[in-house]
Amino acid sequence: MERCRLVFSGSGGQGVITAAIILAEAAVLYDNLIATQSQVYGPEARGGATRSDVIIADTEIHYPKVTQPNVLVCLTQEAYTKFYPIIRPGGTLIIDSRFVKTYTKVDAQQVQAPMYQTVMERIGKPIVFNICMLGVVIGLTQVVASDSILKVLEKRIPAGFLDMNRQALELGMELAAQVKV
Amino acid sequence: MTDGNIKFVQGNEACVEAALYAGLDFFAGYPITPSTEVAEHMSYRLPQIGGKFIQMEDEISSICAIIGASLTGHKVMTATSGPGFSLMQEGLGYAIMAEIPCVIVNVMRGGPSTGLPTAPSQGDVYQARWGAHGDHAIIALTASNHQDVFSITVDAFNMAETYRTPVILLFDEVIGHMRERLTIPEPGEIPVVGRLRTSVKAGIDYHPYLPREDGRLPMSDFGGQHRYNVTGLVHDMWGFPSNNPSVVHGLLRHLVDKIKNNVDTITRYKEYYLEDARTILISYGSSARSALHIVENRRARGERLGLLELQTIWPFPYGLVEEKCEKARHIVVVEMNMGQVLRAVKRAVHHPERVVLANRIDGVFITPTDIKNILRLIQGKGV
Repeated sequence: MERCRLVFSGSGGQGVITAAIILAEAAVLYDNLIATQSQVYGPEARGGATRSDVIIADTEIHYPKVTQPNVLVCLTQEAYTKFYPIIRPGGTLIIDSRFVKTYTKVDAQQVQAPMYQTVMERIGKPIVFNICMLGVVIGLTQVVASDSILKVLEKRIPAGFLDMNRQALELGMELAAQVKV
Repeated sequence: MTDGNIKFVQGNEACVEAALYAGLDFFAGYPITPSTEVAEHMSYRLPQIGGKFIQMEDEISSICAIIGASLTGHKVMTATSGPGFSLMQEGLGYAIMAEIPCVIVNVMRGGPSTGLPTAPSQGDVYQARWGAHGDHAIIALTASNHQDVFSITVDAFNMAETYRTPVILLFDEVIGHMRERLTIPEPGEIPVVGRLRTSVKAGIDYHPYLPREDGRLPMSDFGGQHRYNVTGLVHDMWGFPSNNPSVVHGLLRHLVDKIKNNVDTITRYKEYYLEDARTILISYGSSARSALHIVENRRARGERLGLLELQTIWPFPYGLVEEKCEKARHIVVVEMNMGQVLRAVKRAVHHPERVVLANRIDGVFITPTDIKNILRLIQGKGV
């Protein structure tokens, strides 16, 4: 497989780091791939710009940070403005139109998915926004199997919240399918 | 091997699992970024196996608590970062002097003082060596990936028991916080050194500091079968204070020699493409990952570049570095400080003028590009 380098960015508390961990863990535990996940963060627990890097590959990963992502997710305008210049030319840039206004000159496939709106309309709980985003990412890239993500969710998430997360993941994959068509 | 042995974890968690594998049953600590997850996972894991976890009021009490617990027969560890490691230096010196086996994890962060809590650095190399006052020897180990964090942590416990000494694990923020795959070995896959206890029976005089013929000092669980004294003062074989010059001389020599004479046994390292390397990178911890990235890239293009990754930092493997670098035209030390291992490497090699530094001290993890720029400079190509 081609090495997949992803950067998830947003604001502390949106769950971008959690989403990155779930994705990389799914790759390692259930898809038999090699992955690293790391993050850059400040001392604050909420707010502030958050970034998490994931590399997924079938060969050893030495340098674990991402300098030029194939896939960049920006969930706030601040994150978009800060990170859009690092995207690998021709890469996939995923944003939520509710939070981010895009620039037109970016050399990337810019995917504007109404993730927040869809989650609020169909589920009504913003807490699964990040899992919907993850659904969009794997829907567009197929970097790991959705079943593998589900297995990680089953392991990490209390039973009472599992359905909500499963639904959010499916919503994200539906959004990705609409973009592709 | 079962699937349950494969985990996707932070380096800090790999260290915890390894400590438990090595038989740890007592942990005292005070959480501090970026080592917090060590204490966090210990607080969850230790009660599961009937061990004791104590969150102390600070780092001074933390190291004192593990010293006491070790004396009573437990395998012990504490974990800290930056300013917490500074606070532990007094206890560290005591453990060296009283010869108490213990493991101290220092997940390095930017310093001095409270410095950069969330950013990587490797600035504590010399603090690990000389943070405690007085002539002494120390063992400090490190690793660059989670599988190695596991095995080197088990090694640390084994060395602590073998040499009756504190062992420092010098990890860094990148290794501590990054997540990657870890396979937990089956019991017995990595040998574990247990506590060497005295065969002297209860009621018979036990000399806590009388070495056996092989130089090792059997212990007796404090508060158990024997009464004996433990002190940070220079002491005789009964553990009682002494200022007898020959006792003082003998003890200091013993404390240094038990480690110095075993450098080869204590040395852990990894090497990549050194056989024909003209340029050798020397690195350790997370920096070694960036160095290996460059080495693999350049080798694919046919350049004669190699990497010597040090896992034992102290006692510094002078002989090993000298031997491996004998034919190198250029030696580049890659680290995140202003040249701490660089200094030791320069002392080890025949041509110190061939040794240069590729570093970063701004709280950013050193990149392969940073190293590439230094390689271009020494090859006369400019950046």
